[in-house]
Amino acid sequence: MFPFSSSASAPLAHSLRLPSPSPLPPRTPPSHLYRLGLPNFRRRLLLLRSVSTAVRAMASEGGEDPRLPRIASTIRVIPDFPKPGIMFQDITTLLLDHEAFRHTIDMFVERYRDKRITVVAGIEARGFIFGPPIALAIGCKFVPMRKPKKLPGEVISEEYSLEYGTDIMEMHVGAVQPGDRALVIDDLIATGGTLAAAIRLLERVGAEVVECACVIELPELQGYQRLGGKPLFVLVKAA
Amino acid sequence: MACGEDKEQKQDPRIEGIAASIRVVPDFPKKGIMFQDITTLLLDPKTFKNTVDLFVERYLGKDISVVAGIEARGFIFGPPIALAIGAKFIPLRKPRKLPGEVISEKYVLEYGTDCLEMHVGAVQPGDHALVVDDLIATGGTLCAAMNLLERAGAEVVECACVIELPELKGREKLNGKPLYILVESR
Repeated sequence: MFPFSSSASAPLAHSLRLPSPSPLPPRTPPSHLYRLGLPNFRRRLLLLRSVSTAVRAMASEGGEDPRLPRIASTIRVIPDFPKPGIMFQDITTLLLDHEAFRHTIDMFVERYRDKRITVVAGIEARGFIFGPPIALAIGCKFVPMRKPKKLPGEVISEEYSLEYGTDIMEMHVGAVQPGDRALVIDDLIATGGTLAAAIRLLERVGAEVVECACVIELPELQGYQRLGGKPLFVLVKAA
Repeated sequence: MACGEDKEQKQDPRIEGIAASIRVVPDFPKKGIMFQDITTLLLDPKTFKNTVDLFVERYLGKDISVVAGIEARGFIFGPPIALAIGAKFIPLRKPRKLPGEVISEKYVLEYGTDCLEMHVGAVQPGDHALVVDDLIATGGTLCAAMNLLERAGAEVVECACVIELPELKGREKLNGKPLYILVESR
């Protein structure tokens, strides 16, 4: 039986120190990148990859899964989005690499296929990208967890805290039954507030949340501590 | 009412189950609208798989290099198709969601306008693209999606949706590009 990891010691998490020309991210792209005559996207990608973010090294007990370096290398970091000081972990570049996307799904499917999971709950909107392929592969329901007023039927709602103010997450009544074994999926865990709201919604209708699974964790934000004791599994930790 | 593929072919036996799994919610988001809810389709693993399989069978081996999914329900159907046919998946999003440099396309709503965005560099000239959403109504969103892809130099091969509302004639907004759907709702 594959042991579920608890919080910070996700055994398969990968870290990758990317080559960096300077310790701090440059404010403007180095001039040699312009001289290369690359189109904007490629230039920006090179710049972003040269910024030293993503990933502290952390090998697993049994040796790192060979798919993880490729997965980690496809994640693009965008400085100052959505506001100054935030290094945004962009998974859209992972989705452009078919093999990396496939590896990502495979790693989750391998972990969960024998765990009698009956529902995958995906958090709007990037959880909708990773959740359904997992649900399809393991043969269980997919339930979208949405922002307010998006779901058309009768819903239950859960309020959760943001940095400033609160937000609401909703789930359809009847989507999940008592006794369902649930997996919660999102692309990334930051503070853990959204995942915690999803856990509460599922538990309120009598499901058992087996684990939360994300592609990326921002460990400094300690989101794993807000999951009500539920385990967290991630593929990549971003510094 | 279920539909299938070309009229010459018999309806695929999986279509009936797919059509039956879609829940209609009256007066959402406003009075008079009969909302086609696909969340109930997603609750039945066999039906969800059949839905994806029908699209995959159509597009596998057809040299599609990009599947573009429209936020948010296009994110549910697009990625499984992309994974199965070996294509990139590109999310087309509402404004200010995509973190990198974007191109934007405005489109008309019943009242006012909205905007769809795509990351610069996601698509290359010569890419062959499929556009996926759960439903086509007026066709405005699909049309904006096609414009974005073509502006970036891709060729849109087809638009694919689970459901069509034929009375809204969205098909006519697609600049002659073909539309493939599984279920018609009248």
